[in-house]
Amino acid sequence: MFDNKNFKLNYVFLSTKFYPLNIMKILVCISHVPDTTSKINFTENNSKFDENGVQFVINPNDEFGLTRAMWFKEKQGASVDVINVGLADTEPTLRKALAIGADKAIRINSDPKNGLNVAKQIAYIVSSESYDLVIGGRESIDYNGGMVPGMIAGLVNYNFVDKCISLEINNDSITAAREIEEGKEIIESKLPLVIAGQKGLVEESDLRIPNMRGIMMARRKELQVINAIDEDNSTCTVSFEKPKPKGEITLVSSDNVDELINLLHNEAKAI
Amino acid sequence: MAILIYAESENGKYKKDSFEIASYARVTADKLNTSVTAVSINADDPNELGNYGVDKVLHISNDSLKNFNAVIYADIIKQAFESESSNLAILSSSSNAKYLGSLLSVKINAGYITNVIEIPKEFDPLTVKRNSFTNKAFEYTKINSKNRQLAVSKNSHGVIENKTSIQIETFEVTLASSEINVKSTEKASNKVTIADAEIVVSGGRGLKGPENWWMVEELADVLGAATACSKPVSDLGWRPHSEHVGQTGKLVSSNLYIAIGISGAIQHLAGINSSKVKVVINNDPDAPFFKAADYGIVGDAFEVVPKLIEGLKTFKSQNT
Repeated sequence: MFDNKNFKLNYVFLSTKFYPLNIMKILVCISHVPDTTSKINFTENNSKFDENGVQFVINPNDEFGLTRAMWFKEKQGASVDVINVGLADTEPTLRKALAIGADKAIRINSDPKNGLNVAKQIAYIVSSESYDLVIGGRESIDYNGGMVPGMIAGLVNYNFVDKCISLEINNDSITAAREIEEGKEIIESKLPLVIAGQKGLVEESDLRIPNMRGIMMARRKELQVINAIDEDNSTCTVSFEKPKPKGEITLVSSDNVDELINLLHNEAKAI
Repeated sequence: MAILIYAESENGKYKKDSFEIASYARVTADKLNTSVTAVSINADDPNELGNYGVDKVLHISNDSLKNFNAVIYADIIKQAFESESSNLAILSSSSNAKYLGSLLSVKINAGYITNVIEIPKEFDPLTVKRNSFTNKAFEYTKINSKNRQLAVSKNSHGVIENKTSIQIETFEVTLASSEINVKSTEKASNKVTIADAEIVVSGGRGLKGPENWWMVEELADVLGAATACSKPVSDLGWRPHSEHVGQTGKLVSSNLYIAIGISGAIQHLAGINSSKVKVVINNDPDAPFFKAADYGIVGDAFEVVPKLIEGLKTFKSQNT
């Protein structure tokens, strides 16, 4: 499905960092997203997200995955690279991932129009660099496409676990848990693997705040910028719209819960 | 050029999501002047889909497909897509559908849009409205490619009855190989799931401790609702993570969401915003949830909730 033979040769010359051959190679996909508390506004005739005054962070679902990757690196031995498809303004977010402990960062220089474009760019790197494990997030909290990890897996023909809430690796065998509506499913599979991670891979309390040493080291780590290949235009945003402001709340006295039941039944038709 | 839907079933029974996307596909097919074909794997009664506008079912009955496998299922849908010369595939937003959806879109070379909440606004090129920025905005997106694929959000269109004279065809498939093996499944028994629930009752830190969760559970019982909780509650270990709703937890799009002792942090509201009717019970009148809810009671949950449970029991006995 994904032909990389022509690109591979070029890419080897671009890459300057080499790892021992037998070590597991992990690639963590990092989405650069507005902080969860951001006010969402649009600009240019509602066609573009307004970045004015917005704080950007590592996408929370990706951060759980990055933290799990650091665990593999420290306990089992692995190299951890991070990748983002974006313009230069995403570099501070990649630097933060380096400060948390990733070895190398890759930025594909592209302003992606859709999930497939992101997946194609990353799939090219995954196959030319033969990563063993690719960790993405369940979805990014901005566009919520929830499709990039599965598309990467489909393009490079790796095994894939969606909504992954735990992952153990033993040589090339893996055991993972996938969240389903009623609980979870325990999956056994093999590397190479792509997961779409979320909370559960690690807990909130395991997340790491970069320390000064990490931040200083991150400045010296490699951040490789690569030109985009084969930009995809299969879907694109036409415009955005903000939800209509909510109407006034109807308050009911705490002494009169029957009135609430009445309103929910007769007015809201919700019970 | 039929529209192809994947009608998901579990233990032989169709999921409600399947009827919802059938209804969605019917309306869309009428506008495009085409028909609706469903792929159905190991369902007991494919005729049921004829109640919701499906014209034709590609019925697959195969014991080796008893357990869901995203790669194998996606490949089957691809075979159906090609056999029907379809150029539009429609999926639900269930865990399984979203799992196979991204794999399918690559297989059929389709421009893929998820979280779709309305019938297409335009058809050439296909333009749809979707949820974006975790329910803080809507986005109109168009598909430029020849093949197209949509995942429709739960409860966004509803199930609409529409009898058709349905045609059932046995569909022979070849099975792809997959290295994904499901070893076991852990399911909470006898419980309404947050994803499938019409009503969700959710508790926050205001309930003071896990020992007080009987209130949430009893209220949920009376309403036939699922139970949920805020992020601090799951972080404190009062309730399992599977109950955490919000931006990094589960997303809720129920008909009714009742929040007890939850202040309404922006991340929590983002996760529940697409619920239709929101009720808040909180003793702090300044809690942000009062700005996001439709109905509210300012009061002590420990007094209000037991009264509400009693009131609802009486209501249910009179209204069933």
